[in-house]
Amino acid sequence: MDMLLNYGSAFLTGGIICVIGQILIDKTKLTPARILTLFVTLGVILTFLGIYEPIAEFGKCGATVPISGFGYSLFKGTVKAIEEKGFIGIFTGGVTATAGGIAAAVVFGFLASLFAKPTIK
Amino acid sequence: MNTNLNISNSEYDDLISKKAQKSPILKNICFAFLVGGLICVLGQFIYNQMENLGLDKETCSTITSISLIFLGAFLTSINLYSRIGRFAGAGSTIPITGFSNSIVAPAIEFKSEGYVLGIGANMFKVAGPVIVYGITSTVILGLVYYLIHYVF
Repeated sequence: MDMLLNYGSAFLTGGIICVIGQILIDKTKLTPARILTLFVTLGVILTFLGIYEPIAEFGKCGATVPISGFGYSLFKGTVKAIEEKGFIGIFTGGVTATAGGIAAAVVFGFLASLFAKPTIK
Repeated sequence: MNTNLNISNSEYDDLISKKAQKSPILKNICFAFLVGGLICVLGQFIYNQMENLGLDKETCSTITSISLIFLGAFLTSINLYSRIGRFAGAGSTIPITGFSNSIVAPAIEFKSEGYVLGIGANMFKVAGPVIVYGITSTVILGLVYYLIHYVF
């Protein structure tokens, strides 16, 4: 039951975040690239303001899987590093917390493009 | 067929513009919700499996991200992700799989320009700005956080 609730809140939260992005794409002239950049920055700002943490607590992966969750991890890691190491944490925390994702994106991205054949659209 | 069309031209135009604009947006929103939600559920599934292995929260999150990034890259390389994206819209762009897609798709497109300036440079056409703005805003707000909590 607890597990089922987990999936429900992840579905709802992730779905709503994507709907906000879809409305922005349909109603404004924002391209997907700008939407991604906007959402990651919003994720950082909302985490700084203490708004994203309760969303992440409710939505679990529904809040961390969307790209705004990348911003959430960045800032959360920064706060953690500041508490542990002081001033230098401002620079080390964010990338440290997201290192796995960044490295995976670079390596899998490179390998996938290496093996894929270009297609005519 | 057109016996019900006892309306003037302007009324007809209004009707058409309403139907033509509203239905795709609603459809787009539904698909974005469905696909975006399902990708997050898949993430939650991976997370729960890792949690059952007794791993700590941060490791679970990292493994979930890495797995979804792999999936996004893989589906892009076999040309399936763009097909999902055609109807899912933001539902496939905003999850981390879409971030991965944004790395692989331009890299494949510019592959013919070589390994360094083709693949290497174009991988970050979209992901680059995301990382630039993500890290810059984090460091600036991190500094603000530091000043608020440790200086003043």
